[in-house]
Amino acid sequence: MTIKEMADACGWKLLAGEEGTDAKVDGCYIGDLLSWVMARALSGNVWLTVMGNINAVAVAALTDVAGVVLAEDAALDEAAKTRAEMQGMPIYSCPENLYETALKVAEQLGQGHG
Amino acid sequence: MSMLHLHYVVPGDDFTRAGEASGDVKHKLKRLGYEPDAIRRVAIAMYEGEINMVIHAGGGEATVDIDPDKVDILLQDHGPGIADVSKAMQAGWSTAPDNVRSLGFGAGMGLPNMKKYTDVMEIESEVGVGTTVHMVVNPGQK
Repeated sequence: MTIKEMADACGWKLLAGEEGTDAKVDGCYIGDLLSWVMARALSGNVWLTVMGNINAVAVAALTDVAGVVLAEDAALDEAAKTRAEMQGMPIYSCPENLYETALKVAEQLGQGHG
Repeated sequence: MSMLHLHYVVPGDDFTRAGEASGDVKHKLKRLGYEPDAIRRVAIAMYEGEINMVIHAGGGEATVDIDPDKVDILLQDHGPGIADVSKAMQAGWSTAPDNVRSLGFGAGMGLPNMKKYTDVMEIESEVGVGTTVHMVVNPGQK
């Protein structure tokens, strides 16, 4: 499925990077420590985090994730928003925490228990 | 002469611009048709290097030579230098200040990541003079 389809199903709000919303999602990675995420997130993952700064957008672009979801309505700062628009990297936000968001992702990917 | 020779200035203390050089190299490698794994390794290693120069050295320079069988990356700064390189190479060891940690860096993973993702990584550092990091990524290796 595309990140847009997943976002619609999960009720995420698009903050930036609409251009990239047709990217395919086939997995999920969760983390806030950028060096850690950079070494482990895979291309095609949806990345769940609370880091909404410009470095997070750079890491998202370098790892080719399908998009970023800022859990618990974590803020996307202006510089990060501009970079995400420039790079066509979809950034969403949602009120749920990382765990609750991950459950929704798992359901969408058919990886949950139900 | 390499197939493609690139040079970048990495500005100091400007986190908003860190990643421009590695991002540009990534795009060029993509256009040249490099395999995704090699591109990823170059991008990660180089971005970590850029961030290091921003955090610790007040910026620096990156020179990248791209050939079909290897990508050669040279990072040079005139920062404070690294007193104990072997310690700096240990995962989890960091001298980054708190404001850097709050940005999501400073976990002591930069140099270990650079080593992990490259086929050659050499550091030369002199306290008070600066640091030079030389890295090579060979597509198809690792």
